[in-house]
Amino acid sequence: MAAREILGKMLEFDNDNHLKNRDDWNEEVAVELAKEEGVLELTDRHWLVINFMRKEYMEKGDAPSIRKLTKESGVETKELYALFPKGPAKKAAKVAGLPKPTGCI
Amino acid sequence: MKKLLILGGGTAGTIIANKLHEVLDQSKWHITIVDRSETHYYQPGFLFIPFGIYTSKDVMKPKRDFYPRGVEVVIAEIDKVEPDNNRVLLKNNQILSYDYLIVATGTHIHPEETEGLIDENWHKNKFDFYTLEGACALANFFKSWEGGKLVLNIVEMPIKCPVAPLEFLFLADSFFTQMGMRDKVDIHFVTPLPGAFTKPIASGILGDILEKKNIKLTTEFGIARVDNEKKVIVSWDEQEIPYDVLVTIPTNKGDSAIERSGMGNEFNYIATDKETLKSKNYPNIFVIGDTTDLTSSKAGSVAHFEAEILYDNFLNAVEGRPMRAKFDGHANCFIESGYGKGLLIDFNFDVEPLPGKYPLPGIGPFSLLQETKMNHYGKVMFRWMYWNLLLRGQELPVTSNMSMAGKRY
Repeated sequence: MAAREILGKMLEFDNDNHLKNRDDWNEEVAVELAKEEGVLELTDRHWLVINFMRKEYMEKGDAPSIRKLTKESGVETKELYALFPKGPAKKAAKVAGLPKPTGCI
Repeated sequence: MKKLLILGGGTAGTIIANKLHEVLDQSKWHITIVDRSETHYYQPGFLFIPFGIYTSKDVMKPKRDFYPRGVEVVIAEIDKVEPDNNRVLLKNNQILSYDYLIVATGTHIHPEETEGLIDENWHKNKFDFYTLEGACALANFFKSWEGGKLVLNIVEMPIKCPVAPLEFLFLADSFFTQMGMRDKVDIHFVTPLPGAFTKPIASGILGDILEKKNIKLTTEFGIARVDNEKKVIVSWDEQEIPYDVLVTIPTNKGDSAIERSGMGNEFNYIATDKETLKSKNYPNIFVIGDTTDLTSSKAGSVAHFEAEILYDNFLNAVEGRPMRAKFDGHANCFIESGYGKGLLIDFNFDVEPLPGKYPLPGIGPFSLLQETKMNHYGKVMFRWMYWNLLLRGQELPVTSNMSMAGKRY
């Protein structure tokens, strides 16, 4: 558990270094979190994935797996890896201000 | 007469059938088990087959030897469950109705999900060891292999028995050393995870053991396809890793009947209450073992601990009493590390594997997260326990909920 400053505000993070409080998240914070992950610019495709993840999380209480993203978000796996390199489900969840998906334990 | 229908007669289904048959009044309850096959496989034994430690006869017994007497056994493929009509359709056109349903249809590998994995070289230079056929084919291959690049790849999580890939690597190191050809074999572990294992402390300790054994580790590798011409596996971001022999842990998915029933998630696992083990969507359906969508490991030990909880909750539920037993995600896994040694890990939903002694605090005889000969004997002895105690639903000298006693943290 650690707190650090994002855009001049102290925000709390969980043990996986994901944002702890859902209310702390907004689109500007997302841009900063993305930079920390090496994603320097958030395009419309990034936002499509981020918004899908947030919607899923609000409905199901868990961020979706890569398989679910591919099946339901309309973004192919290959593109997911291009948008959020290495671990798309985990990275996109982090940028979306959600906890690490339980599927990728 | 009330009808209890159990789908799947594997480890989970057999244990719960034995436990419930023991106590349900036979003049009031009719229990039916449905499974597609007559053979029970001791799946933890598959791991030993490629290295000639076990053969197929060590891991097979007739399922009927382990079902309780007096239950009806139906050998058939399941077409689908109709949870709104309280009935199950079988592929042989039989229809089974139920008052209560326990789903234990398990998880299976799906190599066809990865492009290029299944072709004429499947089980020739690309193998799985999660099926008896795959494990035996690999045993044959190793008998005449002269060395080269051995790549073990996990396609995607979650998988059944997440420690099995590590055990395979450790045993391979030991096997090729004893064959006098370890210097000719380059062992490489390629995983989509950020480390050697799913939980941080164990991941660090196991990662160190990999390094000590000279096993190369590549993390965060999401396999997109196999290029059979070039003999490389290719990631979604176009990294290539060459192999001479590829051992794959393919995509795992729940039974296709779950998909046909519209009851599963994207991996065909059923939404299950993590404490009571009741289906989240249907009041008269329970789910056990690899079939659940829980984050606990998909492993026999988990099915065994779940059976204790489900048993308690089932008996209360059918009498209209509140369900009190709560599953904590407890898992307990021996990890063979080669050279007659092994490790043991014990963990649950909230507590990751920690060092210490098990099951008696300070005494053991088993050591947690440490390589010892005693842990190896535990694993060897476990096969006897599995056939003679565990499947029959008998008490084992360990608690179903995890204990912090004996753990160092």
